[in-house]
Amino acid sequence: MSVATPPAPKERRSARDSSASWRWTDRLGLAFAWVLGVMFLLITVGIVIYLMVQGIRFVKPEYFVTSPSAGFSESETGGFLDPLVGTIVVASLAMAIAFPVGLGVGVWLSEYGRPTWLARITESTVEMLAGTPSIVFALFGVLLFQHPALGLFSQSTDGVVYGRSFFAAAAMLALIALPLVVANVREGLQAIPGHVREASYAVGKTKIATTRRVLLPAARPSVVTGAMLGVGRVIGDTAVIILLLGATLKIVPAEGPVGELRGTGSTLTSFVFQNAPTGEANQPEKAFAAAFVLLAMVLILNFAMDVVVRRGRRLTWGS
Amino acid sequence: MGFLSPPPVRKLPLAGEDTARVVEPNGNGASSFVSSGRRAVASTSLAVDRMQVEELSIAYGSKLAVDSVSLPIRQGEVLALIGPSGCGKTTLLRSLNRLTELTKTASLKGRITLDGDDTATFEPTSLRRRVTMVFQQPNPFPMSVFDNVAFVLREQASRRPRKRELKGAVEDALRRAGLWDEVKHDLAHPALRLSGGQQQRLCIARALAANPEVLLLDEPCSALDPQSTQVIEDLIVQLREEVAVVIVTHNLQQAYRIADYVAFMYLGELVEYGPAEQVFGAPKQERTREYVSGAFG
Amino acid sequence: MATQVHDDPGARALRADRRAELMLGALVLGVLGFVLLLIVFVFREAWPSFANNGLLWFANGDDFDREIEEIFMSANLLQEPVYDFRAWPILWSTIVITTLSVVISFIAALFVSVFVVEFAPEWMRRILEPVIRLLASVPSVILGLLGVLILVPFIGEQLITDDQRREVSYVVSLSGYSLLAGVLILSLMIAPLMIAVFVDGLRSVPRGWLEGALGLGVNRWRTFWKIGVRTARPALVAGTVLATARAIGESIMLAMVCGGVGFAPNPADGLIFFLEPAKPIPAAILQASEELTSPPMRDTIFAMASILLFSSLVLSLAGWAVKQPMKKYGVRS
Repeated sequence: MSVATPPAPKERRSARDSSASWRWTDRLGLAFAWVLGVMFLLITVGIVIYLMVQGIRFVKPEYFVTSPSAGFSESETGGFLDPLVGTIVVASLAMAIAFPVGLGVGVWLSEYGRPTWLARITESTVEMLAGTPSIVFALFGVLLFQHPALGLFSQSTDGVVYGRSFFAAAAMLALIALPLVVANVREGLQAIPGHVREASYAVGKTKIATTRRVLLPAARPSVVTGAMLGVGRVIGDTAVIILLLGATLKIVPAEGPVGELRGTGSTLTSFVFQNAPTGEANQPEKAFAAAFVLLAMVLILNFAMDVVVRRGRRLTWGS
Repeated sequence: MGFLSPPPVRKLPLAGEDTARVVEPNGNGASSFVSSGRRAVASTSLAVDRMQVEELSIAYGSKLAVDSVSLPIRQGEVLALIGPSGCGKTTLLRSLNRLTELTKTASLKGRITLDGDDTATFEPTSLRRRVTMVFQQPNPFPMSVFDNVAFVLREQASRRPRKRELKGAVEDALRRAGLWDEVKHDLAHPALRLSGGQQQRLCIARALAANPEVLLLDEPCSALDPQSTQVIEDLIVQLREEVAVVIVTHNLQQAYRIADYVAFMYLGELVEYGPAEQVFGAPKQERTREYVSGAFG
Repeated sequence: MATQVHDDPGARALRADRRAELMLGALVLGVLGFVLLLIVFVFREAWPSFANNGLLWFANGDDFDREIEEIFMSANLLQEPVYDFRAWPILWSTIVITTLSVVISFIAALFVSVFVVEFAPEWMRRILEPVIRLLASVPSVILGLLGVLILVPFIGEQLITDDQRREVSYVVSLSGYSLLAGVLILSLMIAPLMIAVFVDGLRSVPRGWLEGALGLGVNRWRTFWKIGVRTARPALVAGTVLATARAIGESIMLAMVCGGVGFAPNPADGLIFFLEPAKPIPAAILQASEELTSPPMRDTIFAMASILLFSSLVLSLAGWAVKQPMKKYGVRS
């Protein structure tokens, strides 16, 4: 079938979907999107770079190995060893609670979920927890851990329970991380097509065995993402730390077994808060240094999350 | 045209049945009347060239999907693109209203004209208003039936038309797509709650609402049951009077039932182009014969 | 026979299954019980403050900070506990700061996410996406630090004129620690959250709908605005609810940049309104938290916390309710 003389087949530029012919409202909208997008880019990149620069300027290697102490000059007040250790300890403890509980609740919601009314209530409760301010958790924690029955989790003097300790803070921080773990576990499990479950039942596996051996490994990227998001929220929280960890400069162990965990301490967030101009110590350089370390932790977490998600995408079912 | 369409009776041709008809490759306005038992609705005596595909090649990255294809698209006729999956027929169809440009890796060589003008010089939106597309999967928007059709009218108008003004146009489009009687009582019905066949006819109505000159259909019946398919096929045959129709289908019987001209593509190449009777009855190319005989035994 | 059934691996597996379900169920009930305990405890502790003030609790008083002081001291002086408390300044601060920053960040987030998903050049998208995610996970105390060191001095030195300072000096002193600082930093804090959720929602809009509109000659902006954004509405609601919850509950950052003065910024002051200090509920709780030892103070603090808890209950309910009518037209949540 021959058609009229074909032109030389060469690449040509074609008319783009130019906005010139659009309604003015559309053009305005597009312009607005561009302006806001560029503005947002500049602001965010600016903030990240500013924090990096300030952090690198003020952070000193010895800060990582010296405890903070009260003092008047920058050289007297030491580093942030204790807050750094405090952050790691409190985050590990909180995740030790939030992860198994969140995993269980997520699995129950996705795989069992009967009776339905209970599932619905659980769902709304988890959603509500996600929206509850951490300061409310902190207050509740004070109330709870000052109760004599829970005295063993913190220090008590003359029968009065102090109620502030790593245990107490971690327990309440777990409540912050819990909804993130639940939501991600659930999402990951629900993304697995039904035929995978059927295939497993077909070879005689029970529901719980299917969940443990087939579904959870398949949902691992989501599970890990949930845990990492949880860690991110936990290490970034300040209100719970200030109210429930005592926010003492150094880690002050309680008497008795596992005294460190029953004692008080601080984290990088509370350290930044106290060293900000509005805090008690007011040493902005130290605050920047600590903020930089905190930001680096968040960055590493984000990066790790990216890797996990990308690797997971390779192994599991497509979208 | 004095033909009224009685319920179409569609039979497959017997082997060796003479179905040839006069073919005039570039016959603008040429008479090509034929009385085949193939379809009760005969093709129009007036077929007008609307689009020309000239030496078109399309590649995704380095993978060539369409390899220098040339063919005309005429109003008054239904052109069917057939071929095994992955042969580039959908890509070719999508390039006709420049939807291929949505894929970032796609590159295009050659020329497509609409009424003599190179489509590359058009604004994509204005091109797509004249050359509209119905997709394989019915994709009504998550709105009411009325809003689905009105959406196109509203978005194409230079100012926002009032609902009263739209009513007539919406009704007209729904009538042309043969859906009006089924939905006229409840135009506020969510479009996604219609049946699959109704959804696809709604999509056709939506495409017709813009008064296009060329209608592109990408396997419009592949997700539908036989009854809905029949309804849509009838519709397509009727529509060719008003618009040039190009349909991609992997269903050879369907192509035979509704097409006036057929283009057989294989691995990106246009193997054979000709009147449906010829391509199905007496294919010139060996590859066409093999493919077509697979379906007709 | 019976012993055989008992040892049947199938039966044993079924029993294990049953046991697992019961254990998971017990865990769920445990979590629910714990949350119920939280709600009951907070409201019970809050009750005396509400009971003593009645509806006046929500009214405006003379001097918020002095009320707090008197409540706190009343425990030490071995006298009748004082409960007189007028929460309007902190309620109003919370309402104003939350509303303004949610509105600002919603508009910004909507356009930025549309930009990111559909219109941004590839290289910009590559930078924006990780940066947005990073910013969404930056601890609020760091943003507070930036606010205190950069924004507050800027407002204090550049935006506030001496005239303005003099004009309101008889009610409040303007220092830069202000409503404006709080709103701006809070917007910056919650916008990335919204964008992250919005972008996910816009990405999962079925390609067929967008192509359907484009294939009919609707331009890219209209297509995306009318079909994409419309379809992603549940994500818009979810993101906004999440961000609003975060805004209402933010304590540290707002305590740092808003000035911590128990003062209700007065819109009648004109533009100075934005430069006046404020004290939203979470910041008030944080600042008063050292006074938890005084029983009447503690009840008052819990009363403030119960408002926060109540608002998060209402918010999750509202989010659910808003999504309901959308389901009719097939907009999935």
